[in-house]
Amino acid sequence: MGIPDGLLVALRLSLSLACVTTVIAVLIGVPLAWWLAHGRNWWHDVATSVLTLPLVLPPTVLGFYLLILLGPSGLGALAAHLTGRPTLAFSFGGLVLGSVLAALPYVVQSTQAAFETVGRKPVEIAYTLRASPLRAFWTVALPLAAPGLMAGAVIAFAHTIGEFGLVLMIGGDIPGQTRLLSILLFDNVESGDWASAHWIAGGMVVFAFVVILVLRLAQKRLARQAA
Amino acid sequence: MQPRARKTPSSRPCRLLFSVLAITLAPAVAHAEQARIAIAANFIGPAKELIAAYTKKTGDTIIPSFGSSGQFVVQIEHGAGYDAFLSADEAKPARLIQDGYGVQASRFTYAIGKLALWSPTPNLPASEATLRAASFQHIALCNPDLAPYGAAAVAALKALDVYQSLQPRFVMGMDIAQAYQFVQSGNAELGFVALSQLHAHPVGTVWLLPQFLYPPIRQDAVLLTNGAHNHAAQAFLSYLKSPEALTIITAYGYATP
Repeated sequence: MGIPDGLLVALRLSLSLACVTTVIAVLIGVPLAWWLAHGRNWWHDVATSVLTLPLVLPPTVLGFYLLILLGPSGLGALAAHLTGRPTLAFSFGGLVLGSVLAALPYVVQSTQAAFETVGRKPVEIAYTLRASPLRAFWTVALPLAAPGLMAGAVIAFAHTIGEFGLVLMIGGDIPGQTRLLSILLFDNVESGDWASAHWIAGGMVVFAFVVILVLRLAQKRLARQAA
Repeated sequence: MQPRARKTPSSRPCRLLFSVLAITLAPAVAHAEQARIAIAANFIGPAKELIAAYTKKTGDTIIPSFGSSGQFVVQIEHGAGYDAFLSADEAKPARLIQDGYGVQASRFTYAIGKLALWSPTPNLPASEATLRAASFQHIALCNPDLAPYGAAAVAALKALDVYQSLQPRFVMGMDIAQAYQFVQSGNAELGFVALSQLHAHPVGTVWLLPQFLYPPIRQDAVLLTNGAHNHAAQAFLSYLKSPEALTIITAYGYATP
């Protein structure tokens, strides 16, 4: 029994989506987390709440709104001008947009908590040593918050690999473009192809276990280094 | 102020507990008058109307679940407590009987589905010419491995000899309801749906595909072994064959056997 058809294509697609999503979520999430960690105003609380929404809402709510947003009555109209495509749904770009929205809270929450734990003191000390704000952030605050950031990024990555409801609703199940591992697994189970389903499901269990284990070991090690 | 006849502190939780018990035990008591029925997504429209009419007539409770036929077969084979199954094809009920999940000789065709191409997009009429011209980005259908209407759409496209050229533009829903939703939301310009789904939404143009392009979608119902002694399930299946039910079914664009 070999590896079933289409699995490698879906695997590559899921991994690319998770990589791109994680990078974008970190690029957006870290500045956001920094801003939120040092804000005391009411709008910081509002922003935190809004950013947490995707964590609490069912993915189908996000999927439903994205389906409308990406279509010709939303961003799709803009896309039509730029690319000639009437919609952003059913594309890798559309999946990235949805996945970033879903993964951002993991990065922000974890990194924000790390920044808050580090506190202002190390940065202020760096200032007294005449470091510029950017340099203080880059060489002091960020390295100290790295374990939190890493945890957030890894969870965002793993979550994107496991995302189902959202990508089902905006993907359209196109092989090589939007048929991710989780969707392929669903197709296999529903059509009775359980041999293929076992490959994917088993692989995902192993993957999830490895991710959690590696994360735990890495955090322990970082904690030891910090101490 | 002296509170009169004040409830004891425990009366509220007690009543709550009683209500919960009443709700959970009720189905066991009234088992004969309640049936859970798995219904293929293309039949949502008529099913709701049929259930309303049947409930009014008998007082029985019919609890419908809607989804793709393939999904239901997997659920039934793994102990889902449905009493009857209205499939979108004839193969799945036959297989369920063969494997011991369906009651022998309970299978019958309740409707014959009609495949339609629907385009709400202006300047893109639903027609054979549009399929040949392929002047669109996305055409929605349901997954042919999961849903009979998807298989019918693929058969029709192959008969028209446009399957190869259109395949890259396919977007697939897991059931016919999702294929419809892709078109309705405007993300796909057109799509293959069940004629019954267009009952309420005459926006745009519809091409009813000629029957010779695809094998007839004979939709069979079956009484499941789980509901073998469920009177409501049996009565509802019989009701589907009544002239009143057939009128509702044909009104939604199905043929009847």
